[in-house]
Formats: sequence, C-alpha cells, structure tokens
Amino acid sequence: MMRARFVVLQILVVSLLAVLAIRLWQVQMVRGAKYVEVATETRTRSVVVPAVRGQILDSSGRPLVRNRTSLVVSVDRARFDRMRDGGAAVLQRLAGVLGTSAESLKQRIRPCGPKVTRPCWPGSPYQPIPVDDRVTTRQALQILERQEDFPGITAEIQATRDHPGGVEAAQMLGYLQPVTQEELEKRQGFKDSYSGVDLVGRDGLEAVYDDALRGRPGLRRVQVDRVGKVIGVEQQVPPTTGDTLITSIDARVQDVVEQAIANAMKTHPGADGAAGVVLDVKTGHVIAMASNPTYNPSVWTGGISEGEYQRLLSDKSGRPLVSRATNGQFAPGSTFKISSVSAMVHDGYPLNGHYDCPGSFMVGSRPFNNFHGIGMGTMDLRTALIKSCDTIFYRAAYEQWQRDGGRDPKGRPKEPMAAMARAYGFGRPTGVDLPGEAAGRIPDRAWRQELWQATRKVNCDRSKKGYPEVKDAARAAFLKQLAYENCLEGYEWRAGDAANFSIGQGDVLVTPLQLARAYAALVGDGKVRSPRIGWALVRPDGTPVKEIKAPVVSKLPISAAVRDYIRSALSEVTSDGTAAGAFSGFPMDRVKIGGKTGTAQVWGKKDTSWFASFAPAQKPRLVVVVMVSQGGMGAETAAPAVRQIYEAIYGIKGRPLMPEGHLPDHLPTIEPDGTVDR
Amino acid sequence: MRSTAAAVHRRQTAASAVWRVDSVMLVAVAGLCVVGTLLVWSSTRTWTTGDPTAVVRKHLLNLAIGALLCAVTSSVDLGWLRAYAPVLYGVAMLGLICVVTPLGSTINGSHSWIMLGGGFAVQPSELAKPALVLLLAMLLSQPAENTERPRRLDLIWCVLAALFAMGLVMLQPDLGTTMVLSVITAGIMILGGVRKRWIGAVALLAAVGAAAVWSLGLLHPYQVARFTAFINPASDPRGVGYNSTQALIAIGSGELFGKGLFHGGQTTGRFVPEQHTDFIFTVAGEEFGFLGSVTVVALLGVVLLRGIKIARQCEDRFGALAAGGIVCWLTFQTFVNVGMTIGIMPITGLPLPFVSYGGTATFANMIAIGLLQAIHIREHSFR
Repeated sequence: MMRARFVVLQILVVSLLAVLAIRLWQVQMVRGAKYVEVATETRTRSVVVPAVRGQILDSSGRPLVRNRTSLVVSVDRARFDRMRDGGAAVLQRLAGVLGTSAESLKQRIRPCGPKVTRPCWPGSPYQPIPVDDRVTTRQALQILERQEDFPGITAEIQATRDHPGGVEAAQMLGYLQPVTQEELEKRQGFKDSYSGVDLVGRDGLEAVYDDALRGRPGLRRVQVDRVGKVIGVEQQVPPTTGDTLITSIDARVQDVVEQAIANAMKTHPGADGAAGVVLDVKTGHVIAMASNPTYNPSVWTGGISEGEYQRLLSDKSGRPLVSRATNGQFAPGSTFKISSVSAMVHDGYPLNGHYDCPGSFMVGSRPFNNFHGIGMGTMDLRTALIKSCDTIFYRAAYEQWQRDGGRDPKGRPKEPMAAMARAYGFGRPTGVDLPGEAAGRIPDRAWRQELWQATRKVNCDRSKKGYPEVKDAARAAFLKQLAYENCLEGYEWRAGDAANFSIGQGDVLVTPLQLARAYAALVGDGKVRSPRIGWALVRPDGTPVKEIKAPVVSKLPISAAVRDYIRSALSEVTSDGTAAGAFSGFPMDRVKIGGKTGTAQVWGKKDTSWFASFAPAQKPRLVVVVMVSQGGMGAETAAPAVRQIYEAIYGIKGRPLMPEGHLPDHLPTIEPDGTVDR
Repeated sequence: MRSTAAAVHRRQTAASAVWRVDSVMLVAVAGLCVVGTLLVWSSTRTWTTGDPTAVVRKHLLNLAIGALLCAVTSSVDLGWLRAYAPVLYGVAMLGLICVVTPLGSTINGSHSWIMLGGGFAVQPSELAKPALVLLLAMLLSQPAENTERPRRLDLIWCVLAALFAMGLVMLQPDLGTTMVLSVITAGIMILGGVRKRWIGAVALLAAVGAAAVWSLGLLHPYQVARFTAFINPASDPRGVGYNSTQALIAIGSGELFGKGLFHGGQTTGRFVPEQHTDFIFTVAGEEFGFLGSVTVVALLGVVLLRGIKIARQCEDRFGALAAGGIVCWLTFQTFVNVGMTIGIMPITGLPLPFVSYGGTATFANMIAIGLLQAIHIREHSFR
C-alpha cells in the first residue's frame, strides 16, 4: 500500500513539474514577444530634448530675436500631485528662495481652463512648468543642493528668447507660449516626454515661421529602474537647431520708425495709437514696421503675470498686443485719392483736363465742402492732388453714381472708384507673412445691401421703440430718426456715400500696410505685391534653405503714363502742397520726397493723421507710411514723423543709415560657426 | 549480536559512506546552487549601496555552511535521528516560541527572525520543517499490529504536533511556511497509510478551516489582497498585482535563450521586488530564457525524483516516511514558488529551494538533502 502511494506521489511530482514547464513554454515562447514589448515599454522612457529655436535676423544679420541661456526653475506638477499636501510646503520653501509669494507660484502652476484665467499654465500637465527664468546661480544651487527639500523642483539651463530691440517690433516678431495639451496629442511621442518646455510661436513671425524656427527635437531613449531613475542611455538622436530667419527688416530703420511714431504720439496727447511702415518698392519687402503702443515681449518668457497680462489686453493701455500696422483699420482720408484719381482716369476723365474746384459741391441736395470751404478755381488733376481739392472728387463720384443709376441702379453698376480701390489691393488682406491680418473695407452698393440685411431687424425695432435707455432726449430722438432711416432705406447707396468714399472718408477702412503697398505699386512697377518680412531661411551654419520673395498678386489697370503723372504730382506735395510745412528746410535737392497727407474724420473722435510717402521721388526705392490715430491733421502729425524717418535714412542730420538710399541686395553671410559676416 | 552488527556498521559507514551517496542528486543540487549563486549575484550587483558582491559572498558562505550541515546530517545514524526526533522537534519549537517573544526580530516585514549578532540571523520556521518531518516519520514508523496502517493514538499525536508547530508559525504570521508544514503533515500521514476516509475527512476539514480563516478575517489584509490579485491580476496592477505582473514581464521577455547573465533589463532595473529571494526565478527566466528556466525546473525534478526513489527503496518505515515528507515539502515549495512567478499560483513568501538567497532556508534545504543521503547510505549499507 505504501509503495502504491509513493507511485502516486511520483506521478504527482512529475505532473506538477510538467505543468510548470508547459506554463513556462506558454509565457516565454508563445507570448514572449509580447512581454519583450511590454518590458521595453516599462523599462525605457523617451526624453524629448528640445531643439534650440532658430534666430530672427535683420537684413544685415543683426539679431532681432536671439536665444539667451538662462537658469530656469521649473515645477513638476505630477510630483506635487502625489504629495500629501499637494506640494504646498515645497512651494512655500521655493517662494522663499525666489523671493516671491507661495500664492503667486501656486497661481502660475495651476492649469488654465475655461474658468481659470491667467496667471495659469496653458501647457501640458506632463511638462515641467517654468516659474522663473531669471534665477541666479546662487538660487539655482540652493535648490539643486537640497533636492530633498525641493522634490519636483528643477533648475536647469534653458534657452529663452531674447529681444535685443526690447519693445521694438514686438507685434511683428510675436511671442512663444507653451504648447497645449491638444497640440501635444497630435504630435507623436510628446505625451510621454518629461523633459523641457515645448514652446510654440503664438503670434507674429514666430507663429508664421514656427515650423522652420522650431527645429526638430532630439530624442533620448533612456533605461530607467523601478523608481524612474535613469540607469543608461539606449538611443540618442541629437536635436536639430531650427533654421535662422533672415528678414528684410533693417533694425536701425526699425528703431527710427519706432522713435518717430512714439514721438508723434507724445507730441499729440490725444493720440491713442500709431503705426509706421517702410516698404522696399522694388521687392515688396518690409524694411520696418512699427506699432504703438507696444510692449516688451520678454513678459512672455517664463510665464506671464496676471497684472502684465491684463495690461496687454486692456483698452486703457491701448491694447499693445494689436499691431496697428496690420490690424488697425482706419479711414485713409486724402491718401486714398491716388485710387480715386486712377479711377477717374480709368473711367474716361481726361488726365490732362481741367476741373473746377469750388468751395462747395452739391451732392444731390446736400452741400459737400472743401477743407475749410475754400474754393480754388480751375485746376488740373495734378494740382488737385497737390492742394488736396475735395470737390473735384465729389463731383466725379456723384457723376459716376448717377451713371450707375443713382438711388435706383439698373443692371450691374460699374462703381469705378470701388473697383479701382480693389485693384490697389484694398478691402482684402495683403497676405503679409503675419497672422491675423485685417482686411479693411471697401464700401459699395452690394456691401450696403448686405449690411442692411444684417442690421434691418434691430434698426426697424428701434425705429418703433426708440432709445428709452438714452437719457439725453435730443440724442435719443436723433438715434431713433437714424434707426428709422436705416430701417427704411439703409440698403441704398446714396450719393453722399459715394462722395465720401472718393476722398477716403465714410465707411472705407484700410490698414497702414495696405496703404503702403498701394503706394509701392503706384510708384514702382504698377504691380501689387503681397509684402514679405521674411527674406530667407538658412540653416544655423549658413546653408541656404529657401529664399522668400514677395509675390505679385495683381497689376494696376492704369498705364505707366498715368502712374508717372500721379507720382510726379505727389512729388510736389512736400514742396508746394499740403506737406510743404512739415518738410520745410528738407534738402529736396539731395533727396526728393513725394507723398500725400491724409486727415480722416472719425465720428466722435479726433481725426486720423496719415502721411503716405515715397523716395527718391524720381525713382522711388522706399515707401514710408505713418498713421497716427486721433493724431489730428496729416500734415501736422504724421508728415513730421515721416520726415524724421527719411532724415535718419538719408543722413540729413548725421550718418545715413542707408547711404544714397542703398538697400542690401544680397543676404548676410552666415559662417559655418554661426557668426554673421556683415 | 545486534549491537555488534551496529558497531561494525558504524565503523564501515565512516569509511565508505562517501561511495554510497546518491551522487546524481548531489550533482543536481550542486548545479542548482551554482545557478542560484549566479542569479543572486546578477540580481544584487546593481544595489547602489556598497560592494556589489557583498550579497553573493554571503550567499556563498551560506552555501558552504549548508554543505557542511548536509555532510554532517548524511553521516548521522538513522536510529539516532529517530530516537532524538522529539528532542529536535522540541528545540525547533523552542526557537519558534523565542520568535514570538521579545527575542524575535522583524526583517522585511516578517516577524520570523532571531538575531544572533554579527549580522547573522536565523529563521526558526525554516528549521521547523525538517524537525516536523522527523517527528512525524518517527510517530508513524510503528504501524498497528499486523497492518500497514498507523495507530490511532499516533495519528492524534501527529495532528497535535503539526497543529502546535503551525500555530506558532501563524503567530509570526507566516502563511507560506504554515502551508509547507501542513503539506508535510498531510504527505507523511497519507504515505504512512492513513485510511482514505481519514484523508477525505482531513481534506474536508482543511477546506472548512480555510473558509473559516477567510471569512473570520484571520488573514492579514495583504494576504487577502494577494489572493484577490492572483485571481485577477489586473485588479490592482500598481499595487499587489504589481509583483505578479512584473514577474511575468521579466520571465516572458526572456524568450528562448534569455538576455544573458547580467543583461536582463528588468532585473537590472529592479522592477520585480524581492528578486534575489522569493522572486529569483524571474531572473532565471529573463536572463537564461526558456532553456535556462526549464533546466532549473528539471534539476529540481531530478532532486525530487531521486528523493522518491530513495523513499521507495527504503525498507525502513521511518526512513521512507522521512524521505517522503521531504519530497512533499520540496515539491510544494518548488511548485508554489515557480508557479507564483508565472501567474499560476498566488503570491506566497516561499523561497525557491537551493536557488534563493537566504541563510536558514539554505541550511534547512541542505539538511533535508543530508537526511535523504543518510537514508540512502543506510539502505545501501545493508546490501
């Protein structure tokens, strides 16, 4: 019996061992490959090594945006979440070292959401959150040497954006912000990364050329142990530094334009915004583009504070984030007459004819006056431009309006003024290499009809109910009458609308950049270009990647003779015309400046001051446009600013920035070691 | 006459015992010890503090002491062992009692140690295994008149002795060793000729007892969690399920040939906890692959089957039962240990015989081999 039971034991032992062997076969041979995969996954971490972002240079290689290495202190939220107190004690200690309050640090690291406004962290919760990028070595060491007191806090050297020009060209250059969670999820392999901060261009050139500037992040596959400690490197792909963007901007001219418009703002205290644009007539490239009020883009690096962010958005500080040059839409005033003259000639009005310039012209039943109501007798179109006669344009606009059928158009109206304005590139974005550009507005019969459709219900309601909420009885009655008229006949393109449009008033809106490229087309080769700020993309070692040209988008429908006529007329404005005062004493024999003033009335506000100019007048290379919102007369505010710009460029009062108006015709050479040969 | 024969035999033993050992078993044990040493080395060399060979050197010392104990045990006369079995049992129980007094120490969360000073410590529960084997074999070595079945009184003593030992071990608490002791008891009693209806009754009692322990909440929460995690490892992959998941990953990723000694990424990264003791088989699986891990199982199989052979060849009832008990013990430990690393058994704190690091466990295993050798030598000296 005992023997039998030993046999049973033997069978039991053999079968148990067989079970183990079979199971081992199953685990190691059948499912082995799967476990190898899982093992690799648990054992390795992909660490993304951020690439150094490419620089942005001006046309001679001066840095507009470069990288500064700085010690950045970051907070790892994931580590904090695992702490019992949510990292409160660590933050308290960190605040002590950084000399700030724990409360402000806490605000900076909370994730942004629909109800959480800045300061907050807009990036991925998996990324370390930079809380200070200007720490001293001493502070960094305090954190690094006592890691046990600062779990989840790192201090490392990172490249941050540096703007040598400070506030200059802030809107054009743009800024960087952390990549958002959604963006991260679109990009493979980023979610696992726990290295560095990934920034993406959010505005300006940084946004448009983000792909090229960003470079390719490197990848380090590291072996980690159970607690996540790195114990070896499996694979290493070094990051590729982003391309350098060489722009057509001249940093010195930019500097002058910034000063000129800031100065114009200062001397006209009512002014609430200004813009200056300098274009290269031949290539359509932007040489300078400034907007005021402006701000220092360094506020973005290392997280923006609540106060700073509110300031950037507030009306009180003039919304410095908005570029007046590409997003500011204003009535152009008389600067618009280049389009109206072109439209008249294109419509059959004789170029060399003589026209009556009375002090007042009856558009229908309503008198439309010249500036100050002064009559100037009979004159040619040339004089009309130089002296800025309005009534000639009122008459032409009225006549064209009547030919189109007046209040009751038959068939398809010709609308020569609106058509010419479109040919000049107004009413649509210029396509400049900047994001979110405004289109401006060219009002015509179709636009009026659409507007009426859209606002009819409100206007008709108001025409019945009136404006009980308006206290002033007279004003309420006026508004009610206006609503009544708009409700009844708001679809009508009236003669007055056409007359106002002809001198750049009323509903027409343009951006300073649109006006600049229209002038460039007029005084250049008659081709309307889409302006470009970028000139070329090159590798950091100087290898060219791509040259950027400003493409031609359309051609002016007027002959070279007509363009020359208008250009030569405008050439007299600074000596005999509306800008003569502003340019008195300017050495026109050295370089002759042509241009046109503009003073656009804005309902309830002061006039918008414009001066659109070109130089040298005989064979223009540059177009300079300055606009000062609520700046008053064009000749008083904008024209002196333009003069200041030309004086610096041509060296009227010192060393010229561009001797003889010479523009760089070749790209700056970048040596293989990254230095720029000027 | 009999005493003279014994004296002659004793003299012969001393001279020629070496020639009568079961060398196949010893080679298998030596092989396991070599593999175990390499695995202990591989799994402890990455410990960041101190000398990377510190643990493996201590392991070698343990093996040397174990070999000595094996040699001593194998040369002891079976009659003497049988006579002194109650004393050995008593000593082991004394050790277990000491553990639950202030003399006991807690290492790695289990309160089963007595510190000896100088960095040495013993785990009396390990030594209780051979002691219980000897006592039960002794108690059942005298069958009832004219039968092969044990006497009822002896059975009662067996059950009481086993329950006493198991109770002391449960006080630590050490569920794994308790289960080993119960398997030893059941094994020896069944091999000793207990009636089938008794076996059925005990099995039923064990089932009822297990259910009672479970439902009365006598188990520690971590023990319950281990069983839950065994039934559904995905229930808590970062907690209790972590061990079994990581063990499977390590072993599975070894595939056919393994990643080579010292090249196991999971081992180097120390993803499997306790990988030099209870989970040492995962190192074998990862670094030596299917071929290596099956070889380890096969070597253990050789030891167990040779043990059964010794038991079956043994004419002496005490020797046969003792050998049978040892085989039950080592079989259970092997199956549970390897089984838990490959997900077919719940996680239990039992070391892999001859392979895992652990002083007292090594000593107990070596003593067990010594006992088997002693039984073998004695059997062959009569022929």
